[in-house]
Amino acid sequence: MTQAAMQDAELQDLYRELILDHARSPRNFGRLDNPTHAAEGINPLCGDKLKLYLRVGADKRVSEICFEGSGCAISVASASLLTEAIANLSVTEAEAVFEAVTARLTHGSAVIENEKLNALDGVRKYPLRVKCATLAWHALHAALSNQAAPAKTE
Amino acid sequence: MIQPQQSSDFGSAVANCRKDFPALRQTVNGHPLTYLDSAASSQQPTVVIDAVARYQCEDHSNVHRGVHTLSARATDAYEAARDKLCGFINAASRSEIVLTSGTTESVNLVAQSFCRPRMGPGDQVLITHLEHHSNIVPWQIVCEQTGAELVVAPIDDAGQVELEPLFELMTERVMILAIGHVSNALGTINPLRQIIDQAQRQDIPVLVDGAQGVPHLVIDVQELGCDFYAFSGHKMFGPTGTGVLYGRESLLDAMPPYQGGGDMILEVSFDGTVFNDLPHKFEAGTPNISGVIGHGAAVDYLQAIGMQSIHDYEMALHAYMVSELRKTDGIRLIGTADNQASVQSFMLNDIHPHDLGTILDQQGVAIRTGHHCAMPVMERFGLPGTARASLGLYNNRDDIDRLIPALEKARRIFG
Repeated sequence: MTQAAMQDAELQDLYRELILDHARSPRNFGRLDNPTHAAEGINPLCGDKLKLYLRVGADKRVSEICFEGSGCAISVASASLLTEAIANLSVTEAEAVFEAVTARLTHGSAVIENEKLNALDGVRKYPLRVKCATLAWHALHAALSNQAAPAKTE
Repeated sequence: MIQPQQSSDFGSAVANCRKDFPALRQTVNGHPLTYLDSAASSQQPTVVIDAVARYQCEDHSNVHRGVHTLSARATDAYEAARDKLCGFINAASRSEIVLTSGTTESVNLVAQSFCRPRMGPGDQVLITHLEHHSNIVPWQIVCEQTGAELVVAPIDDAGQVELEPLFELMTERVMILAIGHVSNALGTINPLRQIIDQAQRQDIPVLVDGAQGVPHLVIDVQELGCDFYAFSGHKMFGPTGTGVLYGRESLLDAMPPYQGGGDMILEVSFDGTVFNDLPHKFEAGTPNISGVIGHGAAVDYLQAIGMQSIHDYEMALHAYMVSELRKTDGIRLIGTADNQASVQSFMLNDIHPHDLGTILDQQGVAIRTGHHCAMPVMERFGLPGTARASLGLYNNRDDIDRLIPALEKARRIFG
């Protein structure tokens, strides 16, 4: 494969159809009234700003989750995929997915057992963009651990 | 308004200077580097790199201190750079050239040493909606410290300061007007003469943030009539960590020092200290000697080509870039001032600038994406950020001819 063809393949791997679809039509986009948990994620480098809202029931499961904000295709798609993946999980399971996704994207060290979330894997070839992909996940972690300050990727 | 020269390569000696910049002779991601981010930081010509290296190899010592040969050489080279910078902006005296770490420090120096002692509740600092964060935040800090108020003059949809509202805001409460020469985000060249004339009629001191002016324009601070002019070395083909605060001698003389330390004193005892003369009063501690020498070499380089030639060349190239961008489907230009430097912000459909930046980088094209440290400008246009292509004297038509297909590819990916 020529270098140009390889770059095209890498770009297509980053901007997979699933990513573009979630970026164009983010799922669970909006605000949740009276959430039990909420956190903001800010990426100072690019100005991406997301807010994540969760409702966790007495059974410690995420019964509702949504997000709002603006960002690049990668950060919006990642947040959208997050809401689908986390809905109905227990808090412990959600934290485990957070650990797996961030470890996978930052060190390539874990395996994500969720086919859709694997669509984020293309970002690993673009170190400058990993922060875009992990922004919503850091916000999830901050929300679940009741951190008051906005989550940052720096 | 200067008319572009007519010729295939714009008929300028400037067109040959690309070879002087070693960083441009490389491939990035398999493509020849297309560097369109000079407004963030410009590349350095060999003469600047060599001047810094020669100093480091042969002359390094501390300045204004020793009696030995190396100290004398270092001091001579450092002070020679000050003279060059003085000539570059046509200041009346070398005493008016304070060497700083860059535009940001220069603005902070004026905020703290000039404004802070004179301001109180009821006073105002006047800026415009076009400013870079470094010409906003230092004023917010001094307003917070003194109880003064920050007032912002509006801009229009083309990205131009609206002069009538600006003039109306110039009241006796305004203690300083701080305004950019050229907008880093939109390229707008402010009509400074007209603005400064009006400010002078009201006795309002004017600071010009010239960071984006110095690489593109002939600067004559006496002709402009400004009281302070701040700029950086690394936007004008010099090293990072260098900059200048030009200040009118009478104003600098009356200001207290910004920082205390070595070099800014004549005599120190525990009973008190006698401060050094201008400009050393504002230069505490060992300075960025090699950087300043490199900055001086950048001045020599620019003056050998001629700032007017550079400006003419860039205007012609900018016109070519704008006409090619306008022909490209989905491009929306942000910043369409009548008088613009070779800096162009734009959007491509609804593609987020960061996605665009990644796709262009894969094709060797370096642009700036994001808020350009000018969040209020972005907010004014209702955008999270823009893509920005900025041209320096080393860019040419080939760069534009690589930018356009790279944008078309991004459009296809996001189809």
